[in-house]
Amino acid sequence: MTGSPPYASRRGPNEYPARSAGRRALSNRIFTVVCWIVAAASIVLLAILLITIARQGWAHLNLGFLRNVPSRNPAEAGLGPAMWGSVWVCAVCGLVALPLGVGTAIFLEEYKPRSRVVRKLHAFVQLNIANLAGVPSIVYGIIGLTVFVQAFDLFGNANEPRFEIGSVWYDQFIDESGQYLSVSIDGRSAPPAELRDGMAATDDFGHPVAIRVVSRDESTGETGQVLAGSEPFRFVEKSWYYLQLPFGRGVLAGGLTLMLVILPIVIISSQEALRAVPNSLRESALGMGATKWQMVWRMTLPAAVPGIMTGAILAMSRAIGEAAPILILAGIVFITFTPHHLMDDFTAMPLQVYDWASRPQDTFHEVAATGIIVLLAVLLTFNAAAVFIRQKFQKPLS
Amino acid sequence: MPQGAVSVFTGRSVRTRPMTTIPAGSTADAPARSAPGPARGRARSLTGRHAAEGAIKSALITCAAFSIFTTFAIIVVLGTETIAFFRRDEVSLREFFFSLQWSPLLGAEKHFGIWPLVCGTLLVTGVAMIVAIPLGLMTAVFLSEYAPRRVRAILKPILEVLAGVPTVVYGFFALTVITPVLRHLHGEFDVYNVFSAGLAVGIMCLPIVCSISEDALQAVPRSLREGAYGLGGTKFDVSVRVVVPSALSGIVAASLLAVARAVGETMIVALAAGNLARLTLDVRDQAQTMTAYMVQIFLGDVSNFGVEYLSSYAVAAMLFVLTLIVTLLGYRIRATFREEYE
Repeated sequence: MTGSPPYASRRGPNEYPARSAGRRALSNRIFTVVCWIVAAASIVLLAILLITIARQGWAHLNLGFLRNVPSRNPAEAGLGPAMWGSVWVCAVCGLVALPLGVGTAIFLEEYKPRSRVVRKLHAFVQLNIANLAGVPSIVYGIIGLTVFVQAFDLFGNANEPRFEIGSVWYDQFIDESGQYLSVSIDGRSAPPAELRDGMAATDDFGHPVAIRVVSRDESTGETGQVLAGSEPFRFVEKSWYYLQLPFGRGVLAGGLTLMLVILPIVIISSQEALRAVPNSLRESALGMGATKWQMVWRMTLPAAVPGIMTGAILAMSRAIGEAAPILILAGIVFITFTPHHLMDDFTAMPLQVYDWASRPQDTFHEVAATGIIVLLAVLLTFNAAAVFIRQKFQKPLS
Repeated sequence: MPQGAVSVFTGRSVRTRPMTTIPAGSTADAPARSAPGPARGRARSLTGRHAAEGAIKSALITCAAFSIFTTFAIIVVLGTETIAFFRRDEVSLREFFFSLQWSPLLGAEKHFGIWPLVCGTLLVTGVAMIVAIPLGLMTAVFLSEYAPRRVRAILKPILEVLAGVPTVVYGFFALTVITPVLRHLHGEFDVYNVFSAGLAVGIMCLPIVCSISEDALQAVPRSLREGAYGLGGTKFDVSVRVVVPSALSGIVAASLLAVARAVGETMIVALAAGNLARLTLDVRDQAQTMTAYMVQIFLGDVSNFGVEYLSSYAVAAMLFVLTLIVTLLGYRIRATFREEYE
């Protein structure tokens, strides 16, 4: 036989320096110890994080903090409106993101195309979603501001929307007994109501009143008498279904923007849940004569629900903690009320925490820490729910 | 045409189909035929079923199209506003990319050179990655190769909690804990400094690096490990010289994903890194990142039509392009260099 056998290395045996067994054992031991230390470090980190925040924020934590409105006085400041704002915004976000995300995931996983062109399109949608997941949340904030809040300025200024429903506009006069008399008018841009005798109006309690125009001398202080030449105040009553275009810096715009942020997360986690459903289930459904949707609705989806729920809960906890897009969209505003309709101004928990944390005074830092405790408590509950669902319902199917 | 197919298209009950297709020679006799019993409920026509299927499919396609539409909206919004920005007399493309000064709010003469902001962003990202990649990778190796099952059961949820902590909390942590400690150790640190923000961003990115790297490590088949052990490798040899190199594409992808997150991170830098845009390499100083600049503009009293306001769109476009490149690179690496085992 000539030449070297085909499996021989080009290098001779001596070109691989022999490493002593002792040294290898030593490096092994060192690496093991370092690994343990590094792994312990993350536990220590979490502990430090929680302890320092608890120490700073403990003093302010009481029921009043959950109910109070933000205040210039740190001792009285509370998280009430921010909590309700978060609830509203996250409800909008979840209600839109879940169906959209799960629908997209079903389409991508269950409706695999056969033709080459459509398959390319499929791959493009997939790549696009991976890419959307990497877009910084602040960019979504800017997009939300331009698209939802201002609607590209197509419908006028957000403060003077060109389209609104669910609002009733009034001009109000103060009568001689000190009551406000409301005269219904056509809308935001109607000319001011002209004062005349016999004008129909309603008083503070909604009773109809006929206006009588009187001069100062004629006034007897009775209800319905309005001084001649009084100027009306414009007043608007918005019902719970009030809707305007553009949306303005309200709950709906905030929720939809957060939806953009978490949508890729929902899609990707739902896809993983669907992918984990064994193919035998699908085949058996199709073999029984089910249509595609019957198969999805009765076999695949029920089997994937625990995984989808876990992903959705984690995505929602991301939405609750997300501050940057809402910061861009709504800014830091001093809000002392809870939202009443989808266009109402709002603030959210992480936003309020940022507001407090960015102030120079130490006492406000303590209040911020208290806010963080509440925020983390909510998020830990969500995480625990996700873990619970995963442990309890996720059975191996194959 | 066989009898069964006709009956389907004339809208007869779908349930009758199996009965009509039973071959004539089958041994099924009368009692066996009646075994399925009368059809329960109303028979539904197949055409209606087809219509419903089509409607559902188009609804699902609409859902999927929404994500394309989102990307489209991002590109259109950022594109048009950025073009509007460069149309202004105060700025030019040349200045944007070649000037080294970014001072849109201060002073009589405004300068729009993007580099100070990019520099701030890269500094924070650099510090963060020095923390997150080695620590995250080692934790992943530990979880995948070393950890006993019980330790793993503790460590995994802790990492999940760390991943779920909102970034504003990390920002607060950087501002009120990390920075004072740094200033205590070394007096030169500014109240707002890049290092503190970078550390916090690194802590934030650690679980991302860890969990995705761990997935990649777990995907390495047992046979490779067993082969390495069989050749006499120690655990260190096996994990560092065999498993990690085999999972390298996944690890690189994880790191790139973490880079994208760090570049786009907003709340930590807005709280802890300061608001002074300048070209510096000193991590003890404050610096402004691209995201922090956007926060400054949208929180400040800047007119909606001013050049400063528009500049934030240009910065956002820059940020979008940067993260897009990093994300696509990660996607590419994962798709191209993934070693398919089995």
